[in-house]
Amino acid sequence: MNRMLDLAIGLRIPIAIAAALLTGSLLIAAGSGDPVKAYGLLFKEAFLDYWGLSNTLVKTSPILLAALAVIVPLRAGLYNIGGEGQIYIGGLFATIAALHLDGVTVIVALPTVILAAMTGGALWAALAGALRAWRGINEVIVTLLLNFIAIHIVSYAVSGPMMAAGAPYPYSDEIPQSLRLPILMPQTDAHMGVIFGLTAAAAITFIFMRTSIGMALDVAGRSANAAQYAGLNVKRQIVLSMATGGALAGLAGGIEVLGLKYRLFHLFSAGYGFDGIVAAFMTNAHPALAPVSSFFLAGLQSGANVMQRAAGIDGTVVEAIVGIIIIFVAASLAWRTDLLRAFLRKGDRDEIPSVQVSRVESK
Amino acid sequence: MSFLILDGISKKFGDFSALDHVDLSVERGTVRALLGENGAGKTTLMNVLYGLYRPTSGSIYIGQKPIHLRSPSDAIAHGIGMIHQHVQLAEALTVAENIVLGIDRSTSLIDLRRHARKIAVMSESYGLEIDPATEVWKLPMGMRQRVEILKVLYRGADILVLDEPTSVLAPNEIDMFLHRMRILRDSGKTILFVTHKLDEVMALADDVTVMRQGRVVANCRVADTDPVRLSRLMVGRDVAPPAAVRTREAGDVALECRDLRMRNDRGTTALDGLSISVRSGEILGIAGVDGNGQRELAEAICGLKLLDAGRISVRDIDVTGFTAEQRHRIARIGFVPEDRHGTGLVLDNPIAANLVLRSFRRPPIARYGFLDHGQIARTAADLMNRYDIRARSAAQSTRDLSGGNQQKIVLAREIEAKPDVLVVAQATKGLDIGAIEFVHSKLIEERDRGTAILYISTELEHIAEVADRIAVIFRGRITGELLPRELSAERAGLLMSGACTGEAA
Repeated sequence: MNRMLDLAIGLRIPIAIAAALLTGSLLIAAGSGDPVKAYGLLFKEAFLDYWGLSNTLVKTSPILLAALAVIVPLRAGLYNIGGEGQIYIGGLFATIAALHLDGVTVIVALPTVILAAMTGGALWAALAGALRAWRGINEVIVTLLLNFIAIHIVSYAVSGPMMAAGAPYPYSDEIPQSLRLPILMPQTDAHMGVIFGLTAAAAITFIFMRTSIGMALDVAGRSANAAQYAGLNVKRQIVLSMATGGALAGLAGGIEVLGLKYRLFHLFSAGYGFDGIVAAFMTNAHPALAPVSSFFLAGLQSGANVMQRAAGIDGTVVEAIVGIIIIFVAASLAWRTDLLRAFLRKGDRDEIPSVQVSRVESK
Repeated sequence: MSFLILDGISKKFGDFSALDHVDLSVERGTVRALLGENGAGKTTLMNVLYGLYRPTSGSIYIGQKPIHLRSPSDAIAHGIGMIHQHVQLAEALTVAENIVLGIDRSTSLIDLRRHARKIAVMSESYGLEIDPATEVWKLPMGMRQRVEILKVLYRGADILVLDEPTSVLAPNEIDMFLHRMRILRDSGKTILFVTHKLDEVMALADDVTVMRQGRVVANCRVADTDPVRLSRLMVGRDVAPPAAVRTREAGDVALECRDLRMRNDRGTTALDGLSISVRSGEILGIAGVDGNGQRELAEAICGLKLLDAGRISVRDIDVTGFTAEQRHRIARIGFVPEDRHGTGLVLDNPIAANLVLRSFRRPPIARYGFLDHGQIARTAADLMNRYDIRARSAAQSTRDLSGGNQQKIVLAREIEAKPDVLVVAQATKGLDIGAIEFVHSKLIEERDRGTAILYISTELEHIAEVADRIAVIFRGRITGELLPRELSAERAGLLMSGACTGEAA
């Protein structure tokens, strides 16, 4: 019994994803499609086809970095909903740096551009962290709203001061050839960006397993009182974890520019910051699993188009399925060994009063 | 003819008997005080009366008729209204909205203005003046409590049950509160109030029931008794301390607190000019009923809360401006917090991580920011062995352990940091006898090593077992100091309930 429980807890997220896909098949069937055929097409296109796989990898890179941008603050107990905005600011900073470094040797220029992207994202997220730490303002709301501000700042920049001469559409000048990231799979768009994501995932995993900084973030995230008791500066932890998350999302934005777009566009990110939130929750905040969940989500999206064309099923079904995955995964996270055990033994406990006195609290 | 009768009420939680054949009968239009120490079963009894707990055996009668209470709404239907210790109001709503909330379930239309008029009339007739249109968050605590009282009166309560009603009030609000209770009684309401404050029993109650360890030990008319007798009944036998053999005399003053002042989270005074000093190799016990500033005192010394005024020094170093980390690392103050689950431990972390919770950022646990997992494992194995922490492995989640084993983790960590001063708050709460003895023997060992120990507890007997001196805390100040051999139940009871003050500390 106990081993079964432990197994169920260990596999709760894969179970939830499988259940979500199963529920999604009802949606496909409701649209008079064949779920088996549709999923078959989707996954074959996303992961087994050369072009499809390259498309998946292109999407994996920003989603993975955005997922890490959620995971780091989440471990410290904070919700960073602002990955999208941090991607935009990262892209903006990267583009400005790249355009000013034309002719500078790439060994200096590329790290500078990347640093600029990370700094931009970090500052943007640190705003929310600082407001949370010193003013107690909910970081969910601040990061969420900063998204819109960031998106509009970029729109302004590329349709105003940074707009390329004679551009028909709001975009900036192209960045120098030398700064563009090498292509990973010949003749496709799949660039080196995913390497950055994997390296970042490895580094974050190491930080949480092996360093006192990681341990401090975990303590702060699990109990603010215990963190204070342990002698940690909780305010600094808040700002630090948000800034780190922002730096990772900013990097995602920079890499979109350096690896794929080669210039800054109006509305250049397709909601990767939000996909990152989903990917992060699918890992239950384990950075080592983020590459897997990001790759899976990216695959769903790149496979969606083929499914639409080949099976005649509307691609928005995939968006609905992603939504179902979110709900199922979130629900599965409520499973805990002690709760399940209590549930199974429900018969022999009557000491929980039928009505709990709840306390209305507000600050 | 008694109005409310409790006949042989027992309540068991597993093997633990929280109430053991409690009989109680209350006349209509009288005030009954329920007096007892923490854990005497008073609150459990109130919860039975309010339908939150179903008794294991026994019956309840109102006006000769047996009643069955399955939920608080049953209690309200029978005219029993409960005023909890902590007010439970929706702060964003107005007084009238809070009072009406939950009434008229059958219809979704509520004529708020009509209710507000009725509430205004009612509040005036009971001397509970309040503006029904005010939002609750604007009201001070005493007024909020009035809203709670009006809420149950508005539902037609004849019997008012109040759980520690004065604990949330500022001293100047208490007299007015007592006055209003008398008005309610004179208008025919029956009042039961739970307290451990003797002065309030003497000032307000007609009759008093004393409880100890789930049993009624005495029922008497307040006019026929006196505080000294009541306090002896409440505390029980005189506590005779075992003379702990000392291997070493106390040394110089190690911890000195001068005139500490602090407000708590609710803004009322928690520490009111409190001064104490502890010498090295000495255990100073702080006795007192819960909520008289103990938590704030411990947190002030350890740097978790800031003082409004006062000075704390350790071995002549002024630590008042130190952070929690500096107090631990430089002043060597160890702390076993009262809130074991939320502060002393991170329950979701493994045992090993909790054993290094206060040292993981420094050598030898971490070097240049990198954790030495080998060192952590060795430390954990060593401490689990020496402190007899029983678990499958050091990687096990702390949440799975018993309270005793959890407390041993905290104790092991704090003692092994070799503190000069050790603050121990309510360390025996929820522990079984064996674990309590273990905690006490470790503390005496630590005292003999020369540590100055501040032992804060609501359990007089536990304090008497280990303390060299005992100071009694009441409403944020030390009301008296005594030696364990002078500790008689009535003397301690009087000091703890503020009925008199002893010699200055």
